[in-house]
Order: sequence, then C-alpha cells, then structure tokens
Amino acid sequence: MSEPKQILCIQSHAPHGTFFGREGLDAVLMASAFCLVRVLFIGDGVLQLLGDQQPSDIGSKDYSVTFGALADYGVTDIFVARADLERLHLAANDLSLAVTPLSDTDITQLLHDVDVVLDF
Amino acid sequence: MILHTFNKGLGAEQLMRRCSALVTSDDAILLIEDGVYWGTATLAPFPMQHPRVFALTADVAARGLATRIAQAITTVDHAGFVQLCVEHDTVKSWF
Repeated sequence: MSEPKQILCIQSHAPHGTFFGREGLDAVLMASAFCLVRVLFIGDGVLQLLGDQQPSDIGSKDYSVTFGALADYGVTDIFVARADLERLHLAANDLSLAVTPLSDTDITQLLHDVDVVLDF
Repeated sequence: MILHTFNKGLGAEQLMRRCSALVTSDDAILLIEDGVYWGTATLAPFPMQHPRVFALTADVAARGLATRIAQAITTVDHAGFVQLCVEHDTVKSWF
C-alpha cells in the first residue's frame, strides 16, 4: 500500500462571521480517516482558537470545542502562525488548544512538505 | 446624525480607516458580526477613537470577546440595535 497523502488544512478566517472555519474542521475530520492531516491557523483564523465562545444567540455552534477531539482523530500536528499571534497580542495561554507556533520560514517549509493544501 | 454599522473583521483595515475618517462626532459606530473584533482592547491594530462606539452583545459573546471588549465601548442587544437605528437619521453600512 502506498504512503497516505499528507494534507495541510489552512484556517484563515475568523469564526462565525463565515462558515469557513466550521467547514474546514469538517474537512479535517473527514480527511483524517484517509490521510495524514495537519492544521495551520493563520491570519484571522487564529481567532478561532479564543476560548469562551458563546455563539448560540447568533444561531451558530461553538465548533471550537471539537478542536479538543482532533487528537482522537490522529490529528496532532496543529500549528499557528507566530507572526499573527504577535499581531493580535496573543500568548499561548490565551488559546483554547495547545498549538505549535511556526515562523514564516517554518510555514514555507510546511507548504512544501505536504502533498495537498486545503484553504478555508 | 448617522449610525455607521461595521461588520468586517480585522482583515478590513482600510475599510475601518475610511469609516473612521468619515464619522463625525454626532454619529455613532455600531460594530456587528466580525466587526466586533475592532472593539477589543488588544486584538485590533489601533483603538477606536470615536466617542460613541457600540458593539452587539451576541456577536461579542459568540467570539469569546466578553472580557476583551474595550471599556470605552458600550455593548447593546438587538433591541438596542433597533433603538440606535431610530435615534439616528440614517444608517450607513460598511461591509
């Protein structure tokens, strides 16, 4: 059997204002059944990682709690762009999930390392 | 008196600069949807300078910003949104 494809899912939109974040998470969960999946939060996508989201009053679901289940799906490589953390004045303990900060050089390398990039 | 509603997130910096430049002191700005990120004390690249800035409570809570919203900003519920609309002559939407 050939090696499983390596997929990178890039989350680049803030949560709830659009459906990108939730759709991206669904794609990650599905793809994890067949592929090696990594996730990168970049740009305003980093804002999906803020805790205490209560979106029921705007008819949305707090899908960020599902990030905690990613490890159960074998998705353990979860990255965040360090430049965006700094731009947003966020530290690791502001986030609801343990993520690995990457420099721009690391991100460039990551983009080259994977077979497929899915952008959300 | 104009109510300016703003619904775009932090990626829309140019739009916010245009909005801020065109708001007069009588006007009000209401941050809705992803626009509420502009009302936070630390996430936004620059603070909202206008004296009358509001943010929709449901959108603030949805994004986990309840404790991050700047002190100078007044949160309003949907009834407050309607009240602001009727208090102002015109509503201008920035999107």
